[in-house]
Amino acid sequence: MSAHGPKKQAFVSELLGRGDYAIIGDIVEPGTKVLDLGCGGGELLQWLAENKGVEARGLEISSERVQRAIARGVSAYQGDIDQGLADYPDRAFDYVILSQTLQETRNPRKVLGEMLRVGRRAIVAFPNFGHWRMRLSMLASGRAPRTALFPYEWYDSPNIHFLTVRDFEDLAALEGVEVERRYFLAGRRKVTFLPNLLAEVAVFLVRRQGLRP
Amino acid sequence: MIVEANTVRFDSITLDSGATLAPVDVAYETYGKLNAAKTNAILILHAFSGDAHAAGISHETGKPGWWDSMIGPGKAFDTNKYFMICSNVLGGCRGTTGPASIDPATGRPYAMSFPVITIGDMVRVQKVLVDWFGIERLLSVSGGSMGGMQALEWAAAFPERVVSSIPIATTARHSAQQIAFNEVGRQAIMADPDWNQGDYYGKQPPARGLAVARMVGHITFMSDDSMREKFGRRLRGKENFGFDFEVDFEVESYLRYRGSQFVSRFDANSYLYITKAMDYFDLASGRGSLGEAFGQTRARFLAISFSSDWLYPSYQSQDIVRALRALNRDVAYVELESNYGHDSFLVDVAEQSDLVRGFLASTFEKIQ
Repeated sequence: MSAHGPKKQAFVSELLGRGDYAIIGDIVEPGTKVLDLGCGGGELLQWLAENKGVEARGLEISSERVQRAIARGVSAYQGDIDQGLADYPDRAFDYVILSQTLQETRNPRKVLGEMLRVGRRAIVAFPNFGHWRMRLSMLASGRAPRTALFPYEWYDSPNIHFLTVRDFEDLAALEGVEVERRYFLAGRRKVTFLPNLLAEVAVFLVRRQGLRP
Repeated sequence: MIVEANTVRFDSITLDSGATLAPVDVAYETYGKLNAAKTNAILILHAFSGDAHAAGISHETGKPGWWDSMIGPGKAFDTNKYFMICSNVLGGCRGTTGPASIDPATGRPYAMSFPVITIGDMVRVQKVLVDWFGIERLLSVSGGSMGGMQALEWAAAFPERVVSSIPIATTARHSAQQIAFNEVGRQAIMADPDWNQGDYYGKQPPARGLAVARMVGHITFMSDDSMREKFGRRLRGKENFGFDFEVDFEVESYLRYRGSQFVSRFDANSYLYITKAMDYFDLASGRGSLGEAFGQTRARFLAISFSSDWLYPSYQSQDIVRALRALNRDVAYVELESNYGHDSFLVDVAEQSDLVRGFLASTFEKIQ
């Protein structure tokens, strides 16, 4: 088997049932310090602590989810992402992770800026609103789109800032943020062609331009 | 689990006030077994009116400890894994030297000649006890309310001795409101003629003043919701108002009962000294800032507050957490939903147990 053999199959394994976690699990270097924003029950952080020996911290708004995280040994604290980063000193972490939550924040631009203040690098994973199914749903129904990825009625949706792959690239350029790596996923499949149309989920590894991590 | 009370005597201790106290007796209980490496010791720190009897059934009184729901085999502080020590605080009246103890210089109780003490003094006495056990580092220091203050003081005063700290329903500094309630309690005691400038040992103690002080305390430990649930406006043993000043309402009966119960187990002068120690507590005082107070500690923290606790509101725990975060320390924090007010950490322990259990297990694993 050649070194490229497995990669050509273009399948990503799942981590804890999620493709974006598999990519994040792959990106994070062992022995680093990681903050996960919107860490939920701490599943990803626990995996990173056990498998990569990272020093893990989590921020989560729901008391019930923070409790689950702490009960599994993860140092999580209850707080709001929009404000929760302000206390940290600059470059307190090697990675700050924001997985499937950027579209839920009130001030995503500020959140990205803060992530790159307290972290040397940021890993941002988000659902791509530019996926063809979203576009088709809106075109065909004339209503706010509902798909498997965005299953909410518009009035129930936690998603308040929809964005596409292109939108994120534009924001990165505007903010002077360098994209080191980008990954696109459709289900468990890696997308290499027309990502803004075909990717359901995008994962970006970014850092401040000109800053040596 | 039947437990025995123990007492150990230490030569002397120098206090924050500059005074020296000699000798100092410390009453303590232990639960579980200290491992050979002495790495599984946890210091349990009691609240204002607590004592060394934190868990199990007392050999002498047959009563369960004040945190028996949290400490025992398979419980949050698991006696199958860890070794817990709980001691009565300095200034207390449950076996450790306090104002009711005999002053060796006079052969009579100290009363008001007992020196004013601080939370820092209480912790220094505990440190002497931990040294006596030969324990170099405590896996954790944990307590609620005044016990939480001690858990914070431990991390600040003896950073190299503490692997983790679990401050619950507490503050890094007593607020004006907290001082105010304590002052009402003290004034109630001192206004009782039986208090007699503190010199009442062997005579009638200031039972009425102490009972009133405790009644005020109990109001602050509960919440509007828990009082409505527990008492509402129900009348006590009658269909109609008595149109007099005997007990009408259930809540009055409850407070009177709690007040009179307290008198039989607590010394009024200890009430004065311990509340004063709490009022003096400000972790930042003499250390510059809260950040500087935590500057040396590398301990892992688990802070817990309760939604209905208005005596030690969540913002006070959050202040602690924010100071630790600014130092990039390892801190976990959550506010638990509970209707029981400040008492939650004693009575509503299901969720608290899961947190403490998971936090301790992962902390213990890290030092293996």
